[in-house]
Amino acid sequence: MRALVAMSGGVDSSVAAALMLEQGYDVVGVTLKQWEGPDGSMPVAGCCTLSDAEDARRVAAQLDIPYYVLDYVEEFTKAVVEPFARGYLEGLTPNPCIECNRNVRFDALLDRTDDLGCDVLVTGHHARIVEDGGTYRLAKAVDGTKDQSYVLHMLDQQALARVKLPVGEMTKVDVRSYAAAMGLRTAAKPDSQDICFVTSGDYRDFLRNTTPEVAAPGAVLDTDGKVVGEHGGTAGFTIGQRKGLGVAVGEPRYVLDIAPKERTITIGSYDDLLVDGCVVTDMRFTDTPPMVGAKVGVKVRYRSEPFDAVIEEVGERWTFAFTERQARPAPGQTLVMYDGDFVLGGGTILPSTDRVTARR
Amino acid sequence: MTHIYLDHAATTTIRPGALGAMQDAYTTANANASGLHGPARAAKNAMEEARERAAEMLGVARPLDVIFTSGGTEADNLAVVGSALASTRRGVVVSAIEHEAVLRSAQHLQRFGYTTQTAPVDRDASICVDDLVALVGPDTALVSVMAANNEIGTIQPVEQIADAVRSVDPSVAIHTDAVQAFVSEEVTMASTGADLISLAAHKFGGPKGVGLLAVRSGVPLDPVLHGGGQEAGRRSGTYNVAGIVGMVAAMAETVDDRDRFRTEVRTERDDFETVIGELWPDAVVNGADAARLVQHSHIHFPGVLAETLLIRLDQAGLAAAAGSACQSGAVEPSHVLTAMGFDTASAGECVRFTFGWDTAPGSGAEAAKRVVRVLEELA
Repeated sequence: MRALVAMSGGVDSSVAAALMLEQGYDVVGVTLKQWEGPDGSMPVAGCCTLSDAEDARRVAAQLDIPYYVLDYVEEFTKAVVEPFARGYLEGLTPNPCIECNRNVRFDALLDRTDDLGCDVLVTGHHARIVEDGGTYRLAKAVDGTKDQSYVLHMLDQQALARVKLPVGEMTKVDVRSYAAAMGLRTAAKPDSQDICFVTSGDYRDFLRNTTPEVAAPGAVLDTDGKVVGEHGGTAGFTIGQRKGLGVAVGEPRYVLDIAPKERTITIGSYDDLLVDGCVVTDMRFTDTPPMVGAKVGVKVRYRSEPFDAVIEEVGERWTFAFTERQARPAPGQTLVMYDGDFVLGGGTILPSTDRVTARR
Repeated sequence: MTHIYLDHAATTTIRPGALGAMQDAYTTANANASGLHGPARAAKNAMEEARERAAEMLGVARPLDVIFTSGGTEADNLAVVGSALASTRRGVVVSAIEHEAVLRSAQHLQRFGYTTQTAPVDRDASICVDDLVALVGPDTALVSVMAANNEIGTIQPVEQIADAVRSVDPSVAIHTDAVQAFVSEEVTMASTGADLISLAAHKFGGPKGVGLLAVRSGVPLDPVLHGGGQEAGRRSGTYNVAGIVGMVAAMAETVDDRDRFRTEVRTERDDFETVIGELWPDAVVNGADAARLVQHSHIHFPGVLAETLLIRLDQAGLAAAAGSACQSGAVEPSHVLTAMGFDTASAGECVRFTFGWDTAPGSGAEAAKRVVRVLEELA
């Protein structure tokens, strides 16, 4: 059996490759080249960069496995970078890493697994795949603090049957000590945080070049539409943001709405921020979708706990009624449904106006 | 399963004579050749002997007009930038299929007010002499055309181009990048008609990190690397004596071995293409209708992603190449194929197989069978 391991140059995928070897697989390491500078070079700083590819290559050499860099620049630009800039034009808070997983990484690599002579696809994500009588279930990682099941919600049965996530069974601490014991150069490498195609380290600089409209100053409004301040560009804000609004009033203020065309943001109190539901589109499922009336846990940000919601409507648009009012989710981000530790699926959150006005 | 290496255009196996000469030089001629003492004289002497032999093999009248460099890229940079800087003219003419070392040097010159004109090629990657000569004008300082293309292997009409350019304007400098051609084609000042010839040792069984630029006497050339004034002020830097000695030993072996190479290596290459053609009729040999280097086979496999094919061939014990690898190792679309008229998708379906002096008899046919086996598995 041969395993194709997607190596990012980080500690998790390094250990994933080592674990597959330990399990007796022949292992092939690959890194996707997703982004390049004007001269065709890979970015030197940030995630998925030239130095990360070099780390992956050196780990592969240490493990004595073949290693290749695959060119996915065109697919990545179309499926991730262009929608990222476009999302800000629509007042969304895009999630490029999820879009990449949804539309580039897994699709591309699952397509290539056979062609590259491999039987299974392996990544270093912290999540688990549990087989249960011929059905594959995607579950949270053993290490709850590092759980990445949220970003894998798009894996369907066909994908789950072929994907292996060996580090999901380990705590991050164990992953690092395993890497250190093996002498892997990535053992102490910090986790990456940056968006890979934002080489300057600030996504606002990137947008200033690609989509200057969203980096232009505009007005900060209150809920009555009165101008209460000025901001440096709508792209600098996400729904629910409290810090950096540049407006000094007595009580905390939160971003309620972003209108890139008018170049305004609207702020209000915490109570104004609360909503009792949201609408989601482009849903993908790990198995048979849940039905109307089902109560599920929903997670609307990568780093937050799921809360309860009832499915009110399914189809092109899924409507969720929150059991308790919640700070409104940012449109463009991803809602993922959980049944306890198991992922059911997820989609992209739509601007909440429909739902909010309908309920007022 | 024996491994078959068909990436000799990327780099060749070092010739035993070159390796032996380098080992000797590191032992007996390792001093800094610019010194005044005995050990320095020994190093200098070994190097100057090598320079004389190189000059003789290349038909360069004055040995000092063989300038040793750190490789083909530096030789190309020195030729293009050095002769442009030495001229009062501000135009450079190149072909569309030159190596990046030439293309990027020409592009770099634009920052200093130079203009670059690029001559097209046909579907076989051959430069059309008339098209190129038509670009030569009163402000042309330099014409740079390669002796043979490093990807397709097409041999370019350098001598014809040199003659035609000189009949328009005899003061235009003619450079040829003969890095890929030297291993199997006669390359001398007379055979190419060029004023400047670039070579890289590792493409013909020599060590990496050493090359040369041969200059016709009297052709003006400014330095690109400044410093201690070695190579008569035209290329500064401590002499790489052992590398130079190794390169020239490899040159001599290559010249002596050329007749055999042109017969035996060609047989392997032809067998390879025959078997592929019989077993995989979809395959198209690029440049097949043009004069080609005997060691090159560049093949379009419609519907097969070169990146995938190369990885599967690697697994099957066969080393080949596509396009040119960028620093990360990803396969990039080739500017040569684009110039030949390939669209991006078709360009991504081409693989280069290149044979070398140590290619074992029978490995052409065996390699072809491995290629076809992988193609069948991918189908």
